[in-house]
Amino acid sequence: MDAVAVRRLLPTSEPLGWRDYGARYGSLPFADAGLLDEVEASGLTGRGGAGFPTAQKLRAVREGRRPVVVANGTEGEPASWKDKTLLRLNPHLVIDGALLAAELVGARRVVLAVGRHGAEQVRIARALAARPDGGAVELATVPERFVVGEESALVHWINGGEAKPTGRRSRPYQRGVDGRPTLVQNVETLANLALVARYGADWFRRDETVLATVGGAVRRPGVVEVPLGVPFPELFSRAGGVTEPVQAYLVGGYFGRWLPAQDTLRLTGEMGARVVVALPARSCGLVESARVVAYMAQQSAKQCGPCLFGLQALAESFATIARAEPEAAEAVARLERLERRIRGRGACAHPDGALGLAASAVRVFGAELSAHASGRCTAHDHEPVLPTPHVKGGWR
Amino acid sequence: MKELRLVVDPIRCDAYGHCAELLPELIELDDWGYPILRDDEVPRHLRGDARKAVASCPRLALSLERARAKSKA
Ligand SMILES: Cc1cc2nc3c(=O)[nH]c(=O)nc-3n(C[C@H](O)[C@H](O)[C@H](O)COP(=O)(O)O)c2cc1C
Ligand code: SF4
Ligand code: SF4
Repeated sequence: MDAVAVRRLLPTSEPLGWRDYGARYGSLPFADAGLLDEVEASGLTGRGGAGFPTAQKLRAVREGRRPVVVANGTEGEPASWKDKTLLRLNPHLVIDGALLAAELVGARRVVLAVGRHGAEQVRIARALAARPDGGAVELATVPERFVVGEESALVHWINGGEAKPTGRRSRPYQRGVDGRPTLVQNVETLANLALVARYGADWFRRDETVLATVGGAVRRPGVVEVPLGVPFPELFSRAGGVTEPVQAYLVGGYFGRWLPAQDTLRLTGEMGARVVVALPARSCGLVESARVVAYMAQQSAKQCGPCLFGLQALAESFATIARAEPEAAEAVARLERLERRIRGRGACAHPDGALGLAASAVRVFGAELSAHASGRCTAHDHEPVLPTPHVKGGWR
Repeated sequence: MKELRLVVDPIRCDAYGHCAELLPELIELDDWGYPILRDDEVPRHLRGDARKAVASCPRLALSLERARAKSKA
């Protein structure tokens, strides 16, 4: 069988209803202690971006008193669609995973958190209503902002506060929802947990798949399920193939980095939430980066000085460079110092994520950077490739 | 002997800058007035000043924590 065609998480192109889901996957086994070992043996890691071993998180939360499980389907990253797609096409696999996780850690409260897209909420509510055990899961619809999916922000929102990160000192796995140990797990991770429970660790490790959002210069931008480690040419062919010459890839989304198109690449576990965008040769990587950095500055929860002022300053410098203004050379010279002034000084990883993207732009678009520093941009058009939506609304 | 470490909570800190005045040996301010720790480990002779800086932070953003054993690379 063609390895690229393995479809475990997204077997259908239409939403899979409760009955068809049962027929395809069979009933969910009970979660016993053996399942925890199975998860460990499967090597399953978090799909929300950080890639932390799931078994380790389950064990840590399990030790606490009556924990809470939060399924993180917020996906605030505008270039990523994989969680929304998974929830639309295969909601029951996610719900199974969340219920299984709750059973494993001994949780009574299970919260499924999604962004406030009208249609999506309704669909998930309907999926919950269609199953006999659906009443055990609360649906939480959170504001749509980039940092809302950060686990402490999500926990704070569920506890009735604003959806802003609360810092490194209150770790949700120790003190989260209702002050209880809380397992925050990405929805794709939970879907995989439901697969491991049914088919075991050996099966899981064979052709382990991941969801990726492929965008930019491809014929069919969207979400694909591919084996972990798939070479980029195969990844792009799953998205209909590239449509024009490409100069670089943005890998890992707005917390990720640019990589030159001539590199031989595979889709690995270290690529964040696996957003891959092909940047056309005719575009300007600096203009794209400037727009994303400005978006990330605007998306800061604006609580920490180095994030609020630092990203603002970074965005201004990048805008000066992108426009190839007379001060562009000075702005380039400022970047390194700015980076040192920001890195590691926010309460969450938001500023460091944006810095990583900015730093990679300087590395990968070096020739373009020199051109801009001397007042020229070599790109043919500046039509936006990466989405940077304007976000309205508050934090509740 | 227990090592002490300075920690800034960036969410609470409002850039008043008292801490840098009281403990210039360990704290400098960035371009926006927020503290940067030159070294988060507090040497013995600066412990008194560090405690003063912590006590006078109007936002309770600065604290002293017992350092975990530093691994020697
Ligand atoms: C600024 C920021 C935004 C985040 N957004 C999301 C998100 O939208 N969805 C998500 O699953 N994790 C997000 N995360 C990661 C979560 O904090 C958390 O690590 C994750 O939900 C854990 O699930 P996992 O171990 O299954 O990956 C974000 C982290 C940061 C720092
Ligand atoms: S680092 Fe930025 S996004 Fe994170 S908590 Fe601080 S202000 Fe908010
Ligand atoms: S005294 Fe407190 S609030 Fe002021 S700069 Fe220092 S840590 Fe921040």
